[in-house]
Amino acid sequence: MRFFGEPIEFDKQAGIGSPVWRGRAQSSEAMQAFAVAVHRNHGRLAALWGEDRRGGGDGFRLHVAFGLDMGHAWLGLDLPAERPVYPDLAGIFSAANRMQRATRDLVGISNEGGDQRPWLRHGAWPADWFPLRHDAGEGGGFVNAPTDYDFVRVGGEGAHEIPVGPIHAGIIEPGHFRFSVIGERLLRLEQRLGYQHKGVEKLFIGRNLAEGARLAGRISGDSTCAYAWAYASAIEAACAVSPPPRALLLRALMLERERVANHLGDLGALGNDAALAFGFSQFMRLKEDWLRLNAQLFGHRFMMDRIVPGGVALDLEAPALASIVEQCDGVGRAVKELKKIYDEHAGLQDRFVTTGAIDAQLARDLSLSGMAARATGLILDARAHRTGYTPPPPWAMLGVRPVTDERGDVAARAALRFGEIFESLRLLREIAVGLPDSGLCAEVPPAAGGQGLGVVEGWRGEVLVGVQLDDAGRLARVHPHDPSWQAWPALEHAVMKDIVPDFPLINKSFNLSYSGADL
Amino acid sequence: MSISGLLWQLFAIVLALALAPLLTGWVNQCRAWLQNRSAPPLLLPYYMLHKLFLKDVVLAHGASPIFRFAPFAVFGCMLLACAIIPVLSTDLPFAPAADTIALVGVFGLARIFISLAAMDVGTSFGTLGGRREMLVGFLAEPALLMVIFTLAMIAQSTSVATIVETLAHREFVIYPSLAFAGIAFTFVSFAENARVPVDNPATHLELTMIHEAMILEYSGRHLALIEWAASLKLYAYSCLGLALFFPWGIAQGDSFLGLLVAIPMLVAKLAIGGVLLALIETLNAKVRIFRAPEFLGTAFLFAVLGLLVRLLLESRV
Repeated sequence: MRFFGEPIEFDKQAGIGSPVWRGRAQSSEAMQAFAVAVHRNHGRLAALWGEDRRGGGDGFRLHVAFGLDMGHAWLGLDLPAERPVYPDLAGIFSAANRMQRATRDLVGISNEGGDQRPWLRHGAWPADWFPLRHDAGEGGGFVNAPTDYDFVRVGGEGAHEIPVGPIHAGIIEPGHFRFSVIGERLLRLEQRLGYQHKGVEKLFIGRNLAEGARLAGRISGDSTCAYAWAYASAIEAACAVSPPPRALLLRALMLERERVANHLGDLGALGNDAALAFGFSQFMRLKEDWLRLNAQLFGHRFMMDRIVPGGVALDLEAPALASIVEQCDGVGRAVKELKKIYDEHAGLQDRFVTTGAIDAQLARDLSLSGMAARATGLILDARAHRTGYTPPPPWAMLGVRPVTDERGDVAARAALRFGEIFESLRLLREIAVGLPDSGLCAEVPPAAGGQGLGVVEGWRGEVLVGVQLDDAGRLARVHPHDPSWQAWPALEHAVMKDIVPDFPLINKSFNLSYSGADL
Repeated sequence: MSISGLLWQLFAIVLALALAPLLTGWVNQCRAWLQNRSAPPLLLPYYMLHKLFLKDVVLAHGASPIFRFAPFAVFGCMLLACAIIPVLSTDLPFAPAADTIALVGVFGLARIFISLAAMDVGTSFGTLGGRREMLVGFLAEPALLMVIFTLAMIAQSTSVATIVETLAHREFVIYPSLAFAGIAFTFVSFAENARVPVDNPATHLELTMIHEAMILEYSGRHLALIEWAASLKLYAYSCLGLALFFPWGIAQGDSFLGLLVAIPMLVAKLAIGGVLLALIETLNAKVRIFRAPEFLGTAFLFAVLGLLVRLLLESRV
């Protein structure tokens, strides 16, 4: 099928995961024209990555995934081995900027024109060595040569810079924030990330499917279920396998438990950042109980390695399901009480309301997905019905009600978390009482040369994993994509009308992943 | 001045040095309890000081003598403040040396040193903290002075000892102006001691800090002195508040019996004050930094109201 009348043929990928259409652009002009058409029709740039296919006699391939109303369009563009360049997409989708730079740093295919600063390469390896090329070898032995990074300078009377990080006063992940300020007022924020780069994508190359599943679950600890499911879904699409219904519902159960755990933690941390330590200790207690039940039922506090290609790795018996329902009731009551306290606390609301606001137009321009986008009023949830979109099983039968808020500020993102906790608790109860009897895991015969894209609505937003198998059925290229790629630039915009001491609160309201984006 | 007066003066200073970290520990403990957390040990501040005094000092390359001198200056100022405030007895040999206005000046001097030291090393956080501290300080000081003027008008003197004597040991009279002044003083104390809702002593977020941002570069014995000085400041403010608004129990002369009563009274009053402080901190969130002027403006307003009530309604008293 074709989208928006553009002359690119798309085929729906196999499997029962999120709807994805695969297509191949014949020229970079065709890709650029398609991107423009997607942008014009309010589509999003979902992910962008590169692949070295020179082993099979081809050149390089640029992969671009677009988020459309009905699902995802996954576009490939073959580039010649001698000169792997493509036209800059950041002019159409600003979210492309960092993804293009990361692709250049890792695979050595680059955008023509536009921002040419390195992104993930901080000088730990030379500029003419590309770790994801098959002839790159193991690397190592490079002299660490940190380079100066060209931050955008803000001039004028009284304007000055505050550099923050990558080492912070608290125990958090490393990232550098360059604030340009006048007094307390923020004029500009520029982030520099990549300190957590550890070569995860290179680690995937040559592994078998089961090893890949373990690695995918370790990309971002707070989203391990989302990544494991997205990876499994990509493998299932590549190998044309459908997991049994019970497995799908158990996956949904784990994903919702992950969502609730993270939202509980974030709500506590939001209170703490406004110096309401009472909220912090209350929510942390709830989160701890929640994680302990995870450990008891799933054998792991974050439920790592429980979602595998083909299905799930464990089953829940009736008493376990009963304890989940019981916990949902208890947590629901407690969160309701705490919501009342948060809503009625004048000091807290004063900090939350209007702080760090972004609007729906900006969210669309930045290709934002997930919670941050829903907090601006966009109905973007891979689990929920919307015009033209039918969610994949098991979500279609669960009838997920997407939570939205129009305000786009810290208060909206806090309110959204409360709303999503209640919705997730409802889903958990529904799943626990209506779990069908079926197998737990389908056989996954590795399909030589297969490829697939998995999309899962994690707690932060849309988690994508693109997979390419080699001729032996092993992993040739895996690209995991965290929603933080799109949301980090949104944070730069969100702080613009605010003051320096409000930044930690705004940052926490997004709570983005460093590790998931730096890979 | 008598020998015994001098001894009691020294005792009051030693008591301040010993009790101040305990008060900090007690407030932290109450905060933890109110937040349903298990509390840190009551003596934790002492362990901290001990640890810090044993550690080496790490100095920034660009640190000038001001940076090294500031902890001693701040500590000295706080110690002097504790010596001036009648904690146990109003018969203090040091008390005539400085009145309440000078006391405000002593606090101001400490503020200037710590802010200068914060900016000295040239880190962005130090400058940020120093700037915010001056913003809070220049709003808090006038409010504090207005509170003191109200009290000075009641006692016809700006000497702390005389004010306390007047209020505690004369015929019992209820002054409405004192209520306004008391509220204003409480507001100022929260701002001056870097407590919620103006600052958060427990935060790890560099960008929101005021007091903590200024001392980020300090280590070893310098940090120990600053931490001890911060405890002394809280103790001084608490004792000043207790002496001005709840002066009962403070001994008038240097009679041994009166002082014997004064010590347990002081400890009891500080313990109750600590609970109230922790309670207010737990119930409130931190305000936006640009709301701090509003907060202190309110304090100033209350102080002025106190003064007006004194002038207009109580002038015959």
